Amino acid sequence: MKHSRPPLPASSGSSLASLAVAPPGAPRPRPRRLWLVQLTFVLPALAYLAALCLFPLYYNVRMSLEHVTVGSFLTGVAPFVGLQNYRDLLGDALFFRALEQMALFTVLSIVGQMGIGMSLALLFWRSFPLSTAMRALLLVPWLLPLIVSATVFQWIFDFDSGVLNYALRGLHLIGEPVPWLTSSGYALAAVVITNIWVGVPFSMAVFYSGLQSLPKELYEAAELDGANALQRFWFVTLPLLRPLTAIVFSLSVIYTVKVFDLIFVLTHGGPADSTQTLATYSYQLSFRNLDFGHGAAVGNVLVLVSLCFAVLYLRSFRRTMAAGEG
Amino acid sequence: MRAGARSAEWTRVGAGSLAVAVMLFPIYWMINASLQPRVAMLQTFPAFIPNPPILDAYRNIIDAQGPHVLVSCVVAGLSAIVSLTVAAPCAYAIVTFRMRWTTGFVLLLLLVQMMPNIVTPNALYAIFARLQLLNTYAALVLCDSTLSVPFAILLLRAFMVSLPKTFTEAAMVDGAGYWGAFVRVILPLSRNGLITAGLFCFLFAWSDFLFALTMSTKQRIVPITLGIYQFIGTHNTDWPSVMATAVLASVPPIVLLLFGQKYITAGLTGGALKD
Repeated sequence: MKHSRPPLPASSGSSLASLAVAPPGAPRPRPRRLWLVQLTFVLPALAYLAALCLFPLYYNVRMSLEHVTVGSFLTGVAPFVGLQNYRDLLGDALFFRALEQMALFTVLSIVGQMGIGMSLALLFWRSFPLSTAMRALLLVPWLLPLIVSATVFQWIFDFDSGVLNYALRGLHLIGEPVPWLTSSGYALAAVVITNIWVGVPFSMAVFYSGLQSLPKELYEAAELDGANALQRFWFVTLPLLRPLTAIVFSLSVIYTVKVFDLIFVLTHGGPADSTQTLATYSYQLSFRNLDFGHGAAVGNVLVLVSLCFAVLYLRSFRRTMAAGEG
Repeated sequence: MRAGARSAEWTRVGAGSLAVAVMLFPIYWMINASLQPRVAMLQTFPAFIPNPPILDAYRNIIDAQGPHVLVSCVVAGLSAIVSLTVAAPCAYAIVTFRMRWTTGFVLLLLLVQMMPNIVTPNALYAIFARLQLLNTYAALVLCDSTLSVPFAILLLRAFMVSLPKTFTEAAMVDGAGYWGAFVRVILPLSRNGLITAGLFCFLFAWSDFLFALTMSTKQRIVPITLGIYQFIGTHNTDWPSVMATAVLASVPPIVLLLFGQKYITAGLTGGALKD
């Protein structure tokens, strides 16, 4: 951000109010003082963002290029090792496993969240008795602290007293209880199910608001042309919702790759690292092994992944904005 | 035709009820368990209705978890105040002083919001350790607000854009200056926006687990989220007590939903989508 010179007010509509349209005789701050006054509005936010949002990003890059040990925290000195930490990751089988599991976790979660979210949005599209109350209730899982959700699901998935095993056995779908969280074959599935439960309300709410803005005439026309419900969805709704879907998709990826609390409480990344993702692995390296250099390197790979999808998001975001204004 | 529409409507009611039942089952199960004796939860056939409901589990945990709830209230309250104080003037500036960098700044805020929060403690642990800020309220409030400051700026900006300009103009004509117009006109007009943003900032900080886990290493300042986590570790078969703790931690979000539903729906999509 440049602050060294007085910012120029753009000639767009909203600035007229404060500057150009001031009637004659109105006291108007002199230009030099003006930008100082303006600066006081943004300075606290800029300072905060710089110190607590941007500086950590920079500091992580720095740490990832250093050999950080417990002693480094006392002395503040850590030897520069260049890209060694990243080279180590390339030879680290667990890193690649975490990357792979993160990808699987993300894909499965998003397919579930967006699929169920879209179905529910379509269900609630036309209002019916109690639909408003139902939609409000469906938002509750989104509002619960993740720790609460994870704790409840930890018990639902419990081998002995979990209600899921109880229900599945009652329905004769399984003979023996399933070790959901204690077997490396099932743990990722359990974590994905929980994450879908957490994410459905968000998808539903966004798709619902998108559906509300679709033009009704198109559907009347399609109906007159003899299109059935499925055809209307496929040829009218989906194409119209494509920009919104792109936004929900990229946001969901960004939210899902960084999931930490849920996995940490449910499985700690285990058993046998079967639910380790980049987020939990970075935590483990830094805060369990006190190897902050490698932890930072893994964190930065995660930042890179998020950045890729953030660019995708911003592009679709701008396109929707442009479409909305035009 | 009319009968067909009728039955289609009932199908929707049925499907909607089923969705609500499935999605809310974990919450029902949590409350149900918290009202039962421990033995009832270890049986092969769990009791689906507390009969009679008992408050033993809550009595068991209130002494241990009550202080954690208090810590969470303080941290989340301070975080909301800090976030709004920093964000509101900034949002006003973005809306009012249309400057060259505003688009870039808004993009930066969106980007910052998307960064994986695991990198924040990774870097700040080292810095806070040197500044002797670990295990302080300040550390938790500052870290928790990393989520809410960008969010609040974007939300309040979306809100303030929709305010009629004539009010600000009138205040400026009266010689109020930018700060005068902001404090006396914009802030009161933005009441709903401020409530929404404040609710969410509180909620974000209340839900935080990662920063509590990493910045509060000495068990001096333990918010309820960390409290639950430590509680499961030591009482992992006393499910009624664990669930009672979970209920305790869910009370603020549920209360927020009940009293602020119109604000919640606005905020859910506001920060991410609305211009």
